[in-house]
Amino acid sequence: MKGGWFKVYAIVYLVFLYAPIILLPMFAFNDATIISFPLTGFSTRWFEEMLDKPALSLAVKNSLFIAVTSSILATTLGVFAARASTRYRFPMKAGLMGLIMLPLVLPEIIVAVSLLVVLLGLGVSLSLWTVILGHVLICTPFCIAILSSAFQSLDQSLEEAAYDLGESAASTFRLIILPLVMPGIISSLLISFTISLDEFIIAFFLAGTEPTLPVYIFSQFRFPQAVPVIMALGTVLVCLSIVLLTIAEYFRRRGIAKAGGKDTGGFL
Amino acid sequence: MGQSRWSKLRQTEAANGLLMISPTAIYALLLLAAPLGTIILYSFLTDGYLEIIRTFTFANYIEAWTNELYRSVMIRSLGVSMAVTAVTVLLAFPIAYFVSFHVAPSKKSLWLFLITIPFWTSYLIRVFLWKVILGYNGVINSGLLGLGVIEEPLTFILYNVNSVVITLAHAYAPFAILPIFVALEKIDRSLLEAGQDLGESKFMTFLRVTLPLAMPGVIASVLIVFIPTIGDYVTPQLLGGPEGRMVANLIQLQYLKLDNYPLGSAIAVSAMVIVTIVSLVFVGLNRRYLRGPK
Repeated sequence: MKGGWFKVYAIVYLVFLYAPIILLPMFAFNDATIISFPLTGFSTRWFEEMLDKPALSLAVKNSLFIAVTSSILATTLGVFAARASTRYRFPMKAGLMGLIMLPLVLPEIIVAVSLLVVLLGLGVSLSLWTVILGHVLICTPFCIAILSSAFQSLDQSLEEAAYDLGESAASTFRLIILPLVMPGIISSLLISFTISLDEFIIAFFLAGTEPTLPVYIFSQFRFPQAVPVIMALGTVLVCLSIVLLTIAEYFRRRGIAKAGGKDTGGFL
Repeated sequence: MGQSRWSKLRQTEAANGLLMISPTAIYALLLLAAPLGTIILYSFLTDGYLEIIRTFTFANYIEAWTNELYRSVMIRSLGVSMAVTAVTVLLAFPIAYFVSFHVAPSKKSLWLFLITIPFWTSYLIRVFLWKVILGYNGVINSGLLGLGVIEEPLTFILYNVNSVVITLAHAYAPFAILPIFVALEKIDRSLLEAGQDLGESKFMTFLRVTLPLAMPGVIASVLIVFIPTIGDYVTPQLLGGPEGRMVANLIQLQYLKLDNYPLGSAIAVSAMVIVTIVSLVFVGLNRRYLRGPK
């Protein structure tokens, strides 16, 4: 069979990729405080306990606020940069785009400490907003990567036709371009939301005393008896992110189909 | 006059482009370029008791590069990053190759989706679960004990460099697969047929046609794995044990625990400089693959 060994390897590799995620629900529904095998019995008590933690719900609330705000801001900035880089040629384009995309490869701890130093130097007190500043920075490159493919597959003659028919630049953008790239925008919002919700290091440095969800999770790892609840929480988060990603992928594909492009697959 | 020149300028493509990118560019300049400049500046200042003393000095760099502790952590971080990169890219290549060459075009998106899903689930929890897998009473040990393969639990797989490498190789897998996949997708399949028509074996065609054409993707994935892994904090913190601490743990210690911003900055800048030099050397060694057929 063609590629037989490759297929075996691919399946083994997927098992490696999914190993931690398969374990997660096992321990979340396991009736034991210690996270190890053999499993002792089925229980939903960790989920019940999860709903009963005020510190956790505060962390969730904070994280949701950060993630929603960051994803809107990052997608807005992403629209500007993606539109500029796909539509226009201008001086310093490579340099500016390089700087904007830099957080994609820059270790997050560098982003975190450099922002911390500047914010404290300026006398800004740490809050959820300082976390948002950092999250927008790291989400924007992902937004641009998604939005660029949406803007790239845009047929420029549609835009010219609108101008010829007497529309202004603003109304052309609103009536022609925006609806065509809308699927890309939705997918960019969802991806940056997911990234922000999961981001730890920047929140750890910049949140001050306000806990975010990952900071809360990290703090709970120190207490072995708190870990099963985290497993339950993780199960919920995995389900949530799979749903969000499926929606994002749906819109990304629809966007490409709408603009008449060919699907090259993947988010990145 | 000034008015009309301004309106003329607004008509040009360059001005339009700059205007369009300005919100994002200004944001990046203020919140990325300026802060990076600031930590470079801080790394040359002196740490006072409660404030930063504004005198220029190389002392932080001398400390960061000669202190045995800092130097060993730096060298270890570099070694771990290189090992992670090698493992991740070598494991990823066959997957990218499989999806690009052996999967039906209609199923490719599904495969890529399957590969990217684990990456989008909570990083902290994934790292923690590797601790469960590799631990003393973990999945691997209890599995092997149950099968009678080993007599006593293996201890060399947790709280050291090995566990850090395994976990990071897992975390960065999609980052390595996607660039290689994109490069493989771009290869004109008729070149491969030509290679075989001219009498090369399948394996030689792979070595002489496919691999060189896929190199830009391989180089991209090496960089995209190598550069961020050196700054990873969570994995060495949770799985590294005292032997597996990396440079990010050191930076965090200097900034948040010891409050020594100048030394923390010097360590951070040193790490960035090392990573940049290693990356540039790597790209330089492979530059012949990056010259496109223009």
